[in-house]
Formats: sequence, C-alpha cells, structure tokens
Amino acid sequence: MSHKILAKRRLSPRLYEFWLASETIPKYAKPGQFLIIRIDKKGERIPLTIVETSQGKVKIIVKCIGKSTFQLAMLDEGTELAEVVGPLGNSSDIRDYGHVCVIGGGVGIAPLLPTARALSAAGNTVTSILGAASSEQLILLEEFEELSDDLILMTDDGSAGKKGLVTDALESLLEEKKVDQLWAIGPAVMMKFVSAIAADRDIPCWVSLNTIMVDGTGMCGACRAEVNGEIRFACVDGPEFDGRNVNWNELIKRQFQYADLESAALKRFEEEVGDLSWV
Amino acid sequence: MGVRIADRVGMPELDVNRRLKSFEEVATGYTEEMAIAEASRCLQCPTKPCVSGCPVGIDIPTFIKDVKNRNYESASRTIFASNNLPRICGRVCPQEKQCEAVCVLSKMKDKEPVAIGRLERFVGDLQIEREMPGSLQTSKRRVAVVGGGPAGITVAADLATKGYRVTIYEAFHTMGGVLVYGIPAFRLPKDTVVDEAEGIASMGVEFVRSQVIGRTLPFQEIRDDYDAVFIGIGAGAPRLSGVPGSNLNNVFSASEFLTRVNLLNAWQFPEYDTPVVVKRNVAVIGAGNVTMDAARTAKRLGAENVTVVYRRSEQEMPARREEYLHAIEEGIDFKWLTLPTEYIGDINNNVSAMRCARMELGPPDESGRRRPEKVDGSEFDMEIEMVIEAIGQKANTVLRYGFPGLELNPWGFIKTVEETGLTNLEGVYAGGDIVTGAATVIEAMGAGKKAAESISKYLDSL
Ligand code: FES
Repeated sequence: MSHKILAKRRLSPRLYEFWLASETIPKYAKPGQFLIIRIDKKGERIPLTIVETSQGKVKIIVKCIGKSTFQLAMLDEGTELAEVVGPLGNSSDIRDYGHVCVIGGGVGIAPLLPTARALSAAGNTVTSILGAASSEQLILLEEFEELSDDLILMTDDGSAGKKGLVTDALESLLEEKKVDQLWAIGPAVMMKFVSAIAADRDIPCWVSLNTIMVDGTGMCGACRAEVNGEIRFACVDGPEFDGRNVNWNELIKRQFQYADLESAALKRFEEEVGDLSWV
Repeated sequence: MGVRIADRVGMPELDVNRRLKSFEEVATGYTEEMAIAEASRCLQCPTKPCVSGCPVGIDIPTFIKDVKNRNYESASRTIFASNNLPRICGRVCPQEKQCEAVCVLSKMKDKEPVAIGRLERFVGDLQIEREMPGSLQTSKRRVAVVGGGPAGITVAADLATKGYRVTIYEAFHTMGGVLVYGIPAFRLPKDTVVDEAEGIASMGVEFVRSQVIGRTLPFQEIRDDYDAVFIGIGAGAPRLSGVPGSNLNNVFSASEFLTRVNLLNAWQFPEYDTPVVVKRNVAVIGAGNVTMDAARTAKRLGAENVTVVYRRSEQEMPARREEYLHAIEEGIDFKWLTLPTEYIGDINNNVSAMRCARMELGPPDESGRRRPEKVDGSEFDMEIEMVIEAIGQKANTVLRYGFPGLELNPWGFIKTVEETGLTNLEGVYAGGDIVTGAATVIEAMGAGKKAAESISKYLDSL
C-alpha cells in the first residue's frame, strides 16, 4: 500500500499542508480521529489529526517543532513514507447541540475543521473563534468562513482580526449570547483556560488532547491523562474529553517529559542539514 | 565439579561487562560439539514424557537422536513438523516448566534434565532450508489472521501448509507481535524474529502491515471478505497500579518503555528518532519475565541502580529462574515483600521518591500463592527518579468497540471453546493472550495449533 506524499504546500513559516496517499483511511475516517505516521525506518511514530479526506488521499497540517516535523516538511512530493496508520481514536460526538462555539488556536485550527464542518451540517449554529500569534498563522479562513454563522479572528499582535486571546473573544461572546456547547482545539494552555471559562459558566466543552503517544492503540499508556480523577488513554478513550474534567496542570507537565531529548535531537539534525530558519 | 561429568552441558554466555554495554544476545548458543554431547545424554526412554510436556507436541527424542548422529536435516524436519518457530521457542519457552520438567533424567539423583530448549535452538539456528510439504494454496478458502504474534503466525503457517490462503493483519510495521515489541534483543535477537516470522511468507502467507482491525479496518469487513477469521491480538493493555502519583513524569508502563526500545529502537537514539528516558535510580515493579526484561534494559541504557520491587517473596516470583539469575549477574537489586503505595513528585512533577510498605505473607489466595499483607506502620521512602510498572496486562480495549457481537468474559478477554478456539461467532476463532490473559509464547502457539486444526475442519465442512 502506498503512503506517498502526493502534495505539499507551505502555509506559512514552519506550517505545512500535506496530502498523503491512503487507500483505507478516507473510507473510514470521521471528524476528530487521528492517524500516525512514521517517516522512514528510523522514524518515530507521529500522531496527527486528520484534517480532510478525499478518495485515495488524506490531508494533514503539520507545524515544525521537533526533528521529525522539520524533516517531514523538508521532504519532496513523491516521497514514500514508511507508515501511515489510521484512522485511530474516537470520532467527535456530532449532534445538534443548538449554538456551538468552536475555538481553534494556532495549528489546532486544522484538526478543528472537520468537526466544525460536521457540526454545521448537523444543524448547529456555529460561532468560530480562531486565534494565532499573527495573521500568517491564521489558516483555513475560507473554509471556516463558509461553515460558520459567525467568525471571530484574534491575533496576539493584532495583524488580523482583534488583538488579544481567544478567551477574550469567548468572554465577550458569552456576555451577549447563550452557547450550548464549546469545542476547543489548540495548545494545552489555551484549552485549559477555555475549559476554566466553561466550568465557570456550566457549559460542556469538548477538547482534543494532544498527549505524547507511542502505539496509539491503547497498548502502552504513554498518552494517559487524568480525567474526572481517573486514568484515561487519549488514544483509545479519547482524544476528545470534556475539558472541565481534565487535570490540566499534570497534562501540561507530562508534555515536557521528553523535552531535553527532543531538543538534543533537533540540534543534531540542524548540525546535519544546516540552518532551518527558511523552513 | 567432577561429580557432574555426565550432567548437562552449560550454555555459553556473553561476559557481563560486555552485556551491560550492548543489546547483544546473552546466551550465545551451543557449538556443534556441545550439542552432540548434550544430545548424547538423552536416554531415548520409551515413555517420552517430554513430548506430552510440550504444548505443541514436538517429537523431542527423535530430533535429539538426529542431533546426536549429526543428522541435522532430519532433526530440523522433525521440529518443523510441530513447530514453525524453533529459533524463537528454543530461546524463550519456559522449558523448565514444560518438556524439561518431566524429563526422566530430572527424576534421577544428581542429574539434570536434557537441555531440550538449547538443542531446539541449536537446530533452528542452523537454518536448514525447509522443503514445503505438498503444493501450496490448493484450497480456495481464505482465512484472515488478526495479529502477527506467536499465535497468529502459528495459525497462518499451519493453515498455509494445509493449502488455505492466509492473510495476516498486523498493527505494527513488522511481524512478530510481542516477540518484537516486548522481548528485548539481548534475549531474542530481532533478526531472528523477523527471519522466522516473515519466513512463513515462503509458504504463501500474505502480510498486511500497519492495519489495526476493529479500528483502521472494520472487523465486519474482514469477516465478509474471508471464510474464517482468527483473532490473536495479544493482551494489549498495560495494567497500571494506579497508586497516587501514577501520572507523574518518568513513571512508565513496561509496555511503553519496552516498545520504545525494542520496536522503535530507542536504545539507538538519536540515530533512531524515538527517545527513551533513563534515570540514575530506577525502580521496576513486579517480578515476571517482563519485569526482568525492563530492569535489564534500564541497566543497559545506563541506569546506575536498578531495583526490582515485588510485593511477594522470591519463592513466588513468576519470572524464569534463568532470567532472574541473569538479572542478578547484571547487578539488578531485588527488594522482596515490598509494595509501592505512592509515587512522590518534585516541583516539575518528576517522580523523585517512592513510598513503600513492607509486606508479610498470609494464607494462600486464589492463585495458590500466599497472599501478601501490609505490615502496619512499615512505610518507608525510596529515592528514585524513574519507575517502570511491570505488573501484568489487561484486555485490549479494541475488543469492546471494534468487534461487535463478539462475546467477552468478565475481564474483557475473548470467550472461546477451549478445545477448538471457537468464539460465539461462526467462523471466528481466537487464541493466545487475548483469550487467556498474558501467558507464554509457546502457550499462544499451542492455542494457535488447536485453532488451525478446527478452522481447517470448519472450512472443509463448508
Ligand atoms: S499511545 Fe500507547 S496507549 Fe495511547
């Protein structure tokens, strides 16, 4: 089975979109599910949320943060990947909630897209709040424009939309309108603060946990998180949970478990391939 | 050791100092002279208790006689007639509890049983080309095998030999299951596994890798596409103690630790991309073979002090004696009758100590072993920076949602008819750890043999 990179596009510095060949993933993938890739035989297993599928191919959007993601971004179209496994994890709980506010932060905007689309198709009124450091990282705007009843943009530097955080936008939205369901995907810190607002106002809030994973099939427990005081595996019990029940402080610290080793690997890669600032 | 002249030939082993710096195989294998000398010890007794002691019923005396006579081709044929994975079984089977336990020699004074496992390995390692019995794929019937571990490989090989068309679906990128991701290379070299597991391709078995049935491909689709299905997906989920502090950083399941190292070559990081954490003071919880594997792996990766912590005593330890002795030689410490009750973290949520209680053995429990009970007020702290929990396996959660209609037992393992491996679904069979809970490689293979037999009968009745 081929796992070729069919197309690659640079969305902004260090942010890339790929279409990968896959026979089976497009047949079965549902919003909220993820896949795992391995670049080559020495590669690690990288979990990535499925952004879109079409016959024979699947789209992912990748932010370069470590050795493997930089390496991926530097591969040419036509390169055969060692492995693409998916779809994994449970799909989003799509139904007609009424008014749903979906919140995407940074590269988290990408995995939010299929869920937001499905929510809109299921009859929900969808308000989308998208946030990023600056305008060039605000991605998929056309797609969100099309599916949303209301689209609010936020940037840290004010280069697009309003200057401020997605939580600022959420607070003001909640002043004006009743929201029945929240959905947040982005950096853990963002999801933590959205979940805090949700808890305050008693609004259910789905979040997608991006914990460290190895197998992605429930075999190892690397991806575990404390939800409702219990140990849950993000890869098979999630990845979506009600953020109000997640032990965020623990989760955020767990994400740094391999930080030293990861930065050593990136440094070594830089020494090997040279400057990475152009990526 | 004059009195032991007639006794079993020892296994040559790698020097301890070299072991600790590498993942090279510890037991280096018999030479031809050693094998012949050991084979000559077999009495060729007429009762052959060893054959019934073998879960797959290898004709042990016959192959041993062949070794003695340097008739290796015939020895190899005899083994392969019952066992498709001799290089693996010769290394990891608990022979001391099976064939060797019932060897007539072991009942004699000052005698040890014939080293059947070592001889099996010797023959396997000669890698004598196997002639395939009869023409392959004579049947139109197709069988899907879910899981490329010992049970699945056995089913596939046996059914292929009988002429059926078999496809194995494996979740990872390589065949072998627990033999690859679980057992470390110093006990079972990875090339050996891959050679032997993928060797069944020569029988016409097809492999589909990186597909998780029940997840990435619906079970129903497989059922519709094939005449019969065998499920051998392994136990599949780590048992975690769940004591307070379980989610602290640097607390790992043995499954995670070993999968990183064995399947993804983390011991060669950063040459390979998968990292693995190793700290100075490591505690490994449990006392099974996986515990020994994790402890010895941690030591090889550079941990200074590795302590195995077990709530029962040495007598109840489930690990193979041989692995336990290797661990001791390699400087692993053992703390018996000790139960971790809490992991304690530092400001960064990294585990920095482990609170333990001392235990006492009470009356026997349902496993027949004396039940460990906490000694009041015996709690003490151990300074450690890393914990690996190796306390067993639970049923793979994929069964709960990915295999609709399949009947499970209260522990979430698959319910089967013991003699046949048949599940409650027509044409669907299962075996190995996903039926019994974590057991041995050879027991999984034994279950595979039985299932292959019944699948073949079933297919012929269609
Ligand atoms: S990644 Fe291994 S259990 Fe979730």
